[in-house]
Amino acid sequence: MNAHWDWNYVHEILPILGEAALITLQATLLGFALALVIGLVLAVCRMAANPLVRHAAAAVVEFIRSTPLLIQIFFLYYGLPEFGLALDAMLAGLIAIGLHYGAYCAEVYRAGIDNVPRGQWEAAAALNLPPQATFRRIILPQAIPPIVPALGNYLVALFKETPLLSAIGVLELMQTAKILGSESFQYTEPITLVGLYFLVFSLLASALIRLLERRLGVRAAPRS
Amino acid sequence: MNESPASSSETPMVRFERVSKRYGALTVLDQLDLDVASGEKVAIIGPSGSGKTTVLRVLMALERIDDGVIHIDGEPLTHMPQGDGLVPADARHLRKMRSHIGMVFQHFNLFPHMSAVQNCMEAPMSVLGLGKEEAHTRAAELLTMVGLADKLDHHPAQLSGGQQQRVAIARALAMRPRVMLFDEVTSALDPELCGEVLNVIRELGSAHQLTMLMVTHQMGFAREFADRVCFFDAGRIAEQGSPEELFGNPQHERTQQFLRAVMEAI
Repeated sequence: MNAHWDWNYVHEILPILGEAALITLQATLLGFALALVIGLVLAVCRMAANPLVRHAAAAVVEFIRSTPLLIQIFFLYYGLPEFGLALDAMLAGLIAIGLHYGAYCAEVYRAGIDNVPRGQWEAAAALNLPPQATFRRIILPQAIPPIVPALGNYLVALFKETPLLSAIGVLELMQTAKILGSESFQYTEPITLVGLYFLVFSLLASALIRLLERRLGVRAAPRS
Repeated sequence: MNESPASSSETPMVRFERVSKRYGALTVLDQLDLDVASGEKVAIIGPSGSGKTTVLRVLMALERIDDGVIHIDGEPLTHMPQGDGLVPADARHLRKMRSHIGMVFQHFNLFPHMSAVQNCMEAPMSVLGLGKEEAHTRAAELLTMVGLADKLDHHPAQLSGGQQQRVAIARALAMRPRVMLFDEVTSALDPELCGEVLNVIRELGSAHQLTMLMVTHQMGFAREFADRVCFFDAGRIAEQGSPEELFGNPQHERTQQFLRAVMEAI
């Protein structure tokens, strides 16, 4: 085996990894979108008037957060077929990531919603706004800007956990690098490139989030 | 027996019937009876913790009462008829009854992410179903009425406290309530800004047939503006009467004490 860095090999595998990067990106963005929706639903359920709904949502959040993502991925992919529900690897992975990070996002949403002053709810009630409009038009626009940094952190964290999908054979970056390595017996280049790829995109995402934060901050900062 | 034609106009706009509100062991309203006639301006004064603000909050249905019944224009607010009797109101009934009432808060509670005019358009659009243009026209009229024609597009953070409170008054009026509740609306303002808010309320009182209940520490304003002043103590009305009677010749010892203490503070 060659201990030196092989530029020719790098050139050869770069386009293949580039394609895999698209899968990683797809898994990240779709997974996060799912997490944002699931998180909001869970957060709302945790505030429901019905104690049964409230406690069930709290239990789900606690359960998901207390078990490893890898096991959740395995369960959805290998376990569900036992119950007659076979999912494609990518879909199973997306659902697992969406649920896992949704549980974390739920807590962030909750903190954001709790931070909206009580007077805002009361003003909305006094104006007779229905619950849905109160939530959508009054509460969420005030709850979300302050939690953008926290949600952004989860986006980056989720992105860095997508290699777990390699465990069920999704052809994202990590899995592709492993396959390349096993074919050529040269692991250094693919794994290094994958690491660099993650580094660049994480830094880029963090910068984007800071930018977004600043733009939202201008609008959301003043509070009476 | 025939109903006399006068009886419908005698139906009080607001009626509290033996209303009690408790927080745990603490009784904030103690079997309160209070009638407010249509168009009447009632000032509520009293020491802190006497239940003044709670009167407004239960009337706005922000809090549930533990006992008794509140009527708005003869209809129960907190209860609804079912079968032969009354049962506690559900959310839909509460919303229907709330539409008669507007409230202005001590801390304004404007929506900080919306401009002044948007604050006044939101509820008319999503509750009354007004179109955007109509809602904007009405909001602009109301903001002009409270002297803020040039601040339509300002956000609350860009307005002074007095201006914010005037937006809050316009916002409540945009829903065309029949009863307006003012909860210590000048207490959070610097003294020099109180006048502009009180002027708006003064104008409202003279121009409209609005029924008004206000909790206030501004004894001068209560004396000049109110038709009736209610002195609250320990969750009940200890004494009530015209401003001349209550301020000029208070009968109850607690009223005398309170008024003396308030006057000393000035």
